[in-house]
This record gives sequence, C-alpha cells and structure tokens, in this order.
Amino acid sequence: MTTKLLLGTETEYGITSKKQEGFDPVTASLFLINHLRPFSSLRILWDYENEDPLVDARGFIVEGEKERPSQEDNFSLNKPLDNGGRLYVDGAHPEYSTPECTNPRDIVAYEKAGELLLQLCLENANRARKDDDTLYVYKNNTDGKGNSYGYHENYLMKRATAFEKIVQGLTPFLVTRQIYAGAGKVGTENRSYPADYQISQRADFFETLIDLNTMAKRPIINTRDEPHADSKLFRRLHIIVGDANMSEFSTYLKVGAAALVLQMIDNNHEINGLDLANPLEAIKAISRDLTLKKTVRLANGKEYTAVEIQKAYLDEAYKYFSKLERDPKVDEILSHWSDTLEKLGKDPYELHTHLDWLIKYELLNNYAQKKGFGWDNQRLAMMDLQYHDIRPDKGLYYTLLRDGYVTPFVSEGAILIAKDTPPRDTRAFFRGTCIKRFPKEVYAASWTSVLFDVGNSTIKRVPLFNPLRGSEDIVGKIIMKSETAEELLRNLAG
Amino acid sequence: MGAQERDRKKSKEKTEKTEEAKPEVVEKGKKIKEDIDDLLDKIDDVLEENAEEFVKNYVQKGGE
Repeated sequence: MTTKLLLGTETEYGITSKKQEGFDPVTASLFLINHLRPFSSLRILWDYENEDPLVDARGFIVEGEKERPSQEDNFSLNKPLDNGGRLYVDGAHPEYSTPECTNPRDIVAYEKAGELLLQLCLENANRARKDDDTLYVYKNNTDGKGNSYGYHENYLMKRATAFEKIVQGLTPFLVTRQIYAGAGKVGTENRSYPADYQISQRADFFETLIDLNTMAKRPIINTRDEPHADSKLFRRLHIIVGDANMSEFSTYLKVGAAALVLQMIDNNHEINGLDLANPLEAIKAISRDLTLKKTVRLANGKEYTAVEIQKAYLDEAYKYFSKLERDPKVDEILSHWSDTLEKLGKDPYELHTHLDWLIKYELLNNYAQKKGFGWDNQRLAMMDLQYHDIRPDKGLYYTLLRDGYVTPFVSEGAILIAKDTPPRDTRAFFRGTCIKRFPKEVYAASWTSVLFDVGNSTIKRVPLFNPLRGSEDIVGKIIMKSETAEELLRNLAG
Repeated sequence: MGAQERDRKKSKEKTEKTEEAKPEVVEKGKKIKEDIDDLLDKIDDVLEENAEEFVKNYVQKGGE
C-alpha cells in the first residue's frame, strides 16, 4: 500500500522590541498572539491529552515532564485556528503550525497564511503599545549570536518502516537540500569556521547525526516519535534541519522534494551509494560554497558535489514514480526539482529571483558594492535580519516581492483563502470547519481531537486518529447539514 | 558564485556589450542599473536606523 503524502510545518518566529529595557520574549509573544482577531475573544483550549513528545523513535521513553498548562494559561498560549492550524507560544517564541496538507503547494499557501496572521497580530499589538515599545517579528532561524530557533517539517510515514532505514536514506538528501532550501546568512556562529555569507541559516548548529534533543547538540535527524495518529499504523518524521523560507518557491521545493524522497523510503525503494563520509562536516562545507562546485566525500571514497547528490536522488525519484500511476502533483515537483538542479549546476545566478539564499545574496552584494562596504559591515547584518521582517512595508523580502525582484509561486488569493479555510483533503477539514461553524461549542482541539461542550454536563471528544479521515468527502455533508454542534454530534454518532 | 567570480562575469558582460553596442541593449542595461539603484535607495529608506545597535540588541532565546 502506498501512503498518501501528508505533511505539515511549524515555524518559530524571532521577536524583539524597540525598547530593550525589561523586554521579556514570553510576555511579548503572548501579547502578540492574543491580538489575533476575532479569536482573541474566543476561548478554545488546546487538548494535550494525546501529546507525548518524550517518546523516542528508537524505541524507549525519555524521562521528563509533560507539558500541561493550567486552563487560563492554556487559553492564552493557544489559538486553534479555523484554517485547521495552530498559533501558539512555544518557549520564548511565537509559533505557527500549518494544518495537515497533502501537497507542497498547499504548504506554501498555509505557511504564507501564517505570516499573514502574524502580520495582523503585529499590527493590532503595536497599535496597543507605545511607539518606543514597538514589537518586531522575524521569520528566520538565528539571532546571529549562536541562538537558533527552529523550523520543523512533519511527514506521515508507515510505522513498519524501520527508523534506521529512514536515517540512512535521508541523511545525504537533507545535508545537500540547502542548495535550494537555504535562507542565506551573513557570517557564521556557534564556533564554526568563518565565511562572509552562507547558504543556510541552520548549518552552523548541527553537532550530531541522530538524537531526540532539538535544542542543544542539535541532530540532523530528530528521533521524536509522537505520531499524532494511530501509532500502530503511523510514524511522524520530525525534520528539524531546514531553514524557514521567505521565498515561496524555496518552501515548495524544500518540502516537495523531501516528501518524494520519504515516499520512496517508505515504500522500500532502495537509495544506495550516497552515504556521506562525514555528514556534519559536509553540511557546513556545502553551506559555505556559494559556487556549488566543491565536492564532499562519500563513505565509499567518491567525491560528489551537492548538486550531483541531489541529482542522484532525483534520478531515483524518476525511476520510482514512473512505475506508479501518474500524479500531476508529483510530476510538478519532479519538473521543478529537475529544472532547479539543472540551473544550480550551470549558473546559480539564474535562480536569483527564486531561491532565498540567492535573492538575499544579490541584494546584499549589490548594496555592498554600491556603498563600498565589506561583508562585516553592520548594515549588511541589518539587511540580513530585515529580509525576514514580517511587516509588508518594512520587510525587505516583501519590498523585493512588490518590486518584481522575487518570483511568487502561489496566488495571493490562495493565501487569503488559506488564512481562514482548512484544506479539504485531511482531518484538518473537520477541525477547522468545526471551529469556524461552532466556535462557542468547540471546547478544545488538537491534532487528534475536537472536543465539544454543548451545554450538558459532559464534554464530548471526537477522535481524529487517522489524519486522512475527517476530510470533506467523508464528513463534509454531515457537517453542512448539522445546524448546531449538538446535531452534528448526533449525526456523527448515527 | 563568489563575489570575485560575479565581478569577473559582470565585467565580461560589460565588454561584450561594448563590443556589440546595440543601442537597445545599452538602453536595457542602463534601465536595469537604474532600477537596481532605485531599489537600493528604497532599501535605505526602509532599513532600520542605528543598524549596529539594532543588530547588537537582537538576542533570542534558543527555541524548539
């Protein structure tokens, strides 16, 4: 059986204030997300009942305290969204999760919708603050001083697929994917060796190959085994090595190509001969080679460029998917992937309006030349940061997009729809539609449940353990014909 | 594509353009340069003041 693609992303945003004195990122993040309208007035809990972030995919449980906030804290920390996603505060950062999607185009629209929601929160929040205490929010992954915050991708896989097989098949792919998925960064950090400009924001931070930890000694492959689904059937692969992208095209290809590679691994298509001699060295070396011409050593002694390794994966994907029934969404990913690698192999400059690291490099390099600045000039560091500023009028990415220096990939209409409409083809449809139609009766929600309080004494839980059920074709009619939440529960039971 | 390589490429492009010297190509090149100058001026307008201070103060707690 082939599993349908199912994926979602989580983005942690950086946050700061004009006023440094007394600034607390947790308070600021809470202030920010509680300025979402109209949900700031709606109180829906996040249901932590089925969450288990301490289980390790290698098969043991790690000691630690489960997260269980009080009810009041729960309300202010969590905003389950009518698009099926979630806006929340995680540690000292505002964070947005997309709903579960079945294809990378939807991921782009829902991720951009998340930026839009945060833009609206920020506008509302700053209107309620003094000028000298204005908040700033960034969709990037580092403060440039050795502190990184994450961008995580989640892919549904079969429980039967051995974790070791995933690690072996995926590592060379993840190490080299930055050549189209890197967000670009001025300088280096975390005691890694110097460079003026790098392809990836995150490469400096990876210190080990496999681990459960995501915060210290970051691993290329994260072992968190919290499927948010029936654990006998599924696993959720949690990829933490990627950068958050501003560019729609970078986001699309980053998750699209990864989804295809995982599909192959999940269906026993062998990908051999690409193991790297030293993945941790390679990820940093590739990030520093803007020519994309240098090679890294494989375990078998051969020397390949990152483009060549990606092309080897692409060839395998052509082989594998040509045997299956044609899927236009898969064909679209393959065609963009192939075109991108072709250009990266010849002249990366051709993608200077498509890929974040090249868009940013062009801007900064032109600016530096015009002003006669070196790469250590602080105005370039400021531009690097402000490229990720989410304000449409001040963010440099948005400025470039408006002036035609960035090629968009999805329509503005698709982003606007994704802001408050769930995808139709996953359980997010049920979650989002219930929140939209019955905001007062939805008591709590999570990836695996929607809980209703319809006025009698018990809270009713509707479980959503299969991520592909709860879609419009299965529950659409039942939801639409139910005038009230109570009727919906009756119809679901009947 | 290091900065040097790009510079080399740019100067090579320039030489080629001078050799051809087609008026419309020259015009187009001028237009692109003007556009980029406009863009860089715009960047100066939106870029945070006190870049050095701002960048220095941007410190985050590690996340995830």
